[in-house]
Amino acid sequence: MKIAVCVKQVPEGAARRLDPQTKRLDRSGEGALNPFDAHAVEEALKIRDASGEGEVVVLSMGPQKAVDSLRKALAMGADRALHVSDDALAGSDLVATSVVLAKALEREEADLVLLGQQGSDSDGAVLGAALADRLRLPMFSQAAELTVSDGSIRGKRQTEFGYDVIEAPLPAVVAVSDAINEPRYPSLKGIMGAKKKPQETLALADLGVEAGAAGEEGSKTEVYALGDPPPRGDSRKIEDDGSGAQQVVDFLAEKRLI
Amino acid sequence: MTRPADYPPPFGTRDAIAPLTDPDDERIDVGVLIVGAGPAGLACAIRLGQLLEASPETAERLGDVPVAVLEKGKQPGSHLLSGAVVNPRGLRRLFRGRAQIDDLPLHGPVESEAVYLLRPRTSVRIPAPPTMRNHGNYVASLSQLGRWLAEQAEEAGATILPETPAARLLVTDGRVRGVRTGDKGRGRNGEQLPNFEPGSDLVARVTVLAEGTQGHLTGAAIRHFGLEGDNPQVWALGVKEVWKVPRPLRRVIHTMGWPLRSKAKYREFGGSFIYPMGEDMLTLGMVVGLDHRDAELSVHDLLQELKTHPKIRRLLDSGERVAWGAKTIPEGGLLAVPKRLHAPGLLLCGDGAGLVNVPALKGIHYAIESGRLAAEAAFAALQPGQTPWTPGALAVYDESLRESFVWRDLEAVRNMRQAFGRGFWLGAALAGAMTASRGKFPPTDLRTEPDSEVELIRTERARRYPRPDGQLTFDKLSSVYLSGNRTRDDQPNHIRLQRRVPRDLGELWVRMCPAQVYEIAGGDGEVDVEITPSNCVQCGAISARGGRLTPPEGGSGPEYTLT
Amino acid sequence: MPTLVFLEHHDGELQKGSLGVLAKAASLGEDVTGVVLGAGVAELAPQAGKFGAKRILVVDDPALEAPLPQPRVDALAQIVRDRGFDTVLFAGSVLAADTAAGLAARLDAGLNWDLTDLASEDGRLVGKRPALEDSVYVDVGWKSEPRLALFRSGAFDPAETGGEAEVEEASVSLEDFSQAAKMLEQAHEEQSGPSIEDAEIIVAGGRGLGGPENFKLCEELAEALGGAVAATRAVVDAGWYPYAAQVGQTGRSVSPKLYVACGISGAIQHKVGMQSSGTIVAINKDPNAPIFEFSDLGVVGDLHEIVPKLTELVRARRGS
Repeated sequence: MKIAVCVKQVPEGAARRLDPQTKRLDRSGEGALNPFDAHAVEEALKIRDASGEGEVVVLSMGPQKAVDSLRKALAMGADRALHVSDDALAGSDLVATSVVLAKALEREEADLVLLGQQGSDSDGAVLGAALADRLRLPMFSQAAELTVSDGSIRGKRQTEFGYDVIEAPLPAVVAVSDAINEPRYPSLKGIMGAKKKPQETLALADLGVEAGAAGEEGSKTEVYALGDPPPRGDSRKIEDDGSGAQQVVDFLAEKRLI
Repeated sequence: MTRPADYPPPFGTRDAIAPLTDPDDERIDVGVLIVGAGPAGLACAIRLGQLLEASPETAERLGDVPVAVLEKGKQPGSHLLSGAVVNPRGLRRLFRGRAQIDDLPLHGPVESEAVYLLRPRTSVRIPAPPTMRNHGNYVASLSQLGRWLAEQAEEAGATILPETPAARLLVTDGRVRGVRTGDKGRGRNGEQLPNFEPGSDLVARVTVLAEGTQGHLTGAAIRHFGLEGDNPQVWALGVKEVWKVPRPLRRVIHTMGWPLRSKAKYREFGGSFIYPMGEDMLTLGMVVGLDHRDAELSVHDLLQELKTHPKIRRLLDSGERVAWGAKTIPEGGLLAVPKRLHAPGLLLCGDGAGLVNVPALKGIHYAIESGRLAAEAAFAALQPGQTPWTPGALAVYDESLRESFVWRDLEAVRNMRQAFGRGFWLGAALAGAMTASRGKFPPTDLRTEPDSEVELIRTERARRYPRPDGQLTFDKLSSVYLSGNRTRDDQPNHIRLQRRVPRDLGELWVRMCPAQVYEIAGGDGEVDVEITPSNCVQCGAISARGGRLTPPEGGSGPEYTLT
Repeated sequence: MPTLVFLEHHDGELQKGSLGVLAKAASLGEDVTGVVLGAGVAELAPQAGKFGAKRILVVDDPALEAPLPQPRVDALAQIVRDRGFDTVLFAGSVLAADTAAGLAARLDAGLNWDLTDLASEDGRLVGKRPALEDSVYVDVGWKSEPRLALFRSGAFDPAETGGEAEVEEASVSLEDFSQAAKMLEQAHEEQSGPSIEDAEIIVAGGRGLGGPENFKLCEELAEALGGAVAATRAVVDAGWYPYAAQVGQTGRSVSPKLYVACGISGAIQHKVGMQSSGTIVAINKDPNAPIFEFSDLGVVGDLHEIVPKLTELVRARRGS
């Protein structure tokens, strides 16, 4: 069974900032494997190890630094990595990204495509559904538990209302939530062995994607401006003289919160 | 009177030294293992890369991974912090013919400098002591420099392993075999979590310890092999901030005096530094010896107080604090350097070995030079017909270090720090005499006592710390946040400490720690010490005063980028 | 600007979030159509009319019974193409996010998400969204039509305008691959109270509570307000409350409409997890606690007295 995992390198910690020029996230600094994708890699490894055979391929679309995240996934135990890298990819939004990744995934013909529920950089839980549509495969998201058996995959989807149980025939696309597992720490042997595992780099031309379909040109959304959050407004501070609770209730009523 | 040394931490050297335990096929073999991706460790890796490039036969004999560098932080630079004004000498020797000073990530040459003696609201400019002159030196962020050096090391063929602490030194038959790396995935009480991953035995022909201040394995090795120097090591705690400022600072500033107290009974040795970082940033910090007597002294809060001085406040006007960090500096000088810096299969470099020029506030170029010399000694001992673990095989390291500028510089100033144990004014006078005589005065070297043996007093110093206003002055938790520390809360406690101690000692720890790791609760005589290990920025101060910092899980702690 | 609003429903009721987005669309002065997709959903249509829609499309099909996104993508794609909608709005939810994203791929249409507001500026539609732990706000837009927007859950309140909408039935054809995923069991039990990330009201406790037994005060107030209980890192570390409830830098980020902080000092590690809450009320006996600097209403006093009294008053008010 071949499992493809889409991973992303995201800026982390102090390096998280918006570039005032491009108005987008500055991806030139240090980054790390998107925590949600680490759960997806872990799940793929678990499924592979449970069945005793199979291949886990990790894919990432991004600048040179994306290789770090691919290496981390290889260090965790993935078998092979695919890096889609091209200058024309810069500034890709959901539409552009899904076009490119879908082409790369088509090439792999995996039985199962896993990815993290969302990216910690854009907080959007959207890539999985977009990919599934382009690949014309069944999908479900927010998977907190997965079981693979004989040509189908069953999962617990976590929504605002509780857990659903959904089943889809393979091949399928599933986005996993961070509740699904605890990603393993790569062992030292794994880290040192990662460099030796097969890694392929592809440009847009290799995927048969025109430059205009990707990057800023292929994107359908744009960023106009950055600004400060709306001010909180006046802040009131009172000393409780016995009427504190009543004043709170009045305040909440005034704001129509109760 | 309470002395921290009377309440030693539950920790022994044995805890840091161990035999090999992994079966042969699980052991990982490398050629030369370097612990610490700081200036010393990376200089060693770079020099080895240069030597191996010119000697492919040696490289081949070292196997798949000829040079490995372990780094406990998230990446090289994450745990690096210094002022810093760097003497380019070490870098020039390391990159001779391969890189120019302009290729290095430095923030410009020192154009002018000034030293001030501060009083609460005024200041007096004083001539810069000869040891503090910085002409020809460059301002740098050590964290940035470390990241750059790591890239050079990788290009030179080294394998850098971040998020990997060295937890134990592997020693068999009196010979250093390598290190055991730390476990990952333990819970609050040390229990194994579902994703528990044990450390591994990393075996090497030569192990170079470049752990920096309070080196965990370095300290254990010094004791195990009996390498102690004449004087015990002593430390200072440095706390610094980086600010974005609208008006560039055009000179390097050092201050002495306020807010430290000059009377001998307080033993407050130190001062502050303010360095420009390019056109739109500056860095300022406070450095104070950890032999101070007042349990209420908080270097973090002294830095906040310093910023309220009119002269300093003006520099920060309309600025924004963008980084914060803390780290200890070894201040014992040459007399505290281990009497031998090698053992069978082992070499000691950098701050971990105490190679710091205290009056000049310099250590980075010594770290680099010592790393470079360690590489040459290791390389020589790996030639056919040599074995790095026969006694004396690595002696050439000590010899070359003693013939280098590192030793010459440190010798001239070897008694200076000790002089200041006698108070600011007397110390200054003694220091002047030492400089004038180029180290020949005093005729007998001065002794020091360990920081933990200093008896504590209490004044009401804490009352004068400014209340944080969130613009110019800040509280400790905000500072910890700005260090980039995002350590998981359920990590096991990595700090060895007695948990029930006299109130004075508890108060010392609470105030001393710049990251608010310790809190005390309880009655008048004795208190219970509560620890929040996830706040820890691994500065090492606790190890100097009654506790012991051990390496926590790899990747935890601060994520410095500008310090 | 003919606008289509996706109206989600659950257990026979239209979701508040969707109705809120409907109200927003109507307030922009647009020609607003709501769409209800499901099986046996005809009677939901008139409900939507009261909340600002001019027209309601109902797609009633057994294949749409389960709340799965892919058949909805098929349906919406057809509706958008056939009827020329240039803007499609979604209130944030698991189903809505998957549906909006699938639709974006299907139509090659721009999708902006996590929006907290929408406005017409200089002749173009501008979405507003927070970023970087809500410390920065970004104005985003669309380069082409149709424009898809996914709003942050709870961004708008429904507004009952009491109007009546034209109801139209529509039928769609669905793809095979869209129907391959099947729902075996549907969640229909609410857990005991909302999870803290979905909760609109949160009552959080910190060290000022004094001990784990006092979390009861927070729980009772939360229950009275219909909200969830959260905790600070310090008390979770001390074992007073489970980690799942931790809000902050190393816990969860929340942005409820109301955040009541009891005995919480407001250190930055906690602040970054809740600073974008709509309204923040803080109760703390330390007048210098940093939380008072970013709370909307701060009460300096003993929470052990104030919180129970507050709970009583809220219960009384709600009971009536």
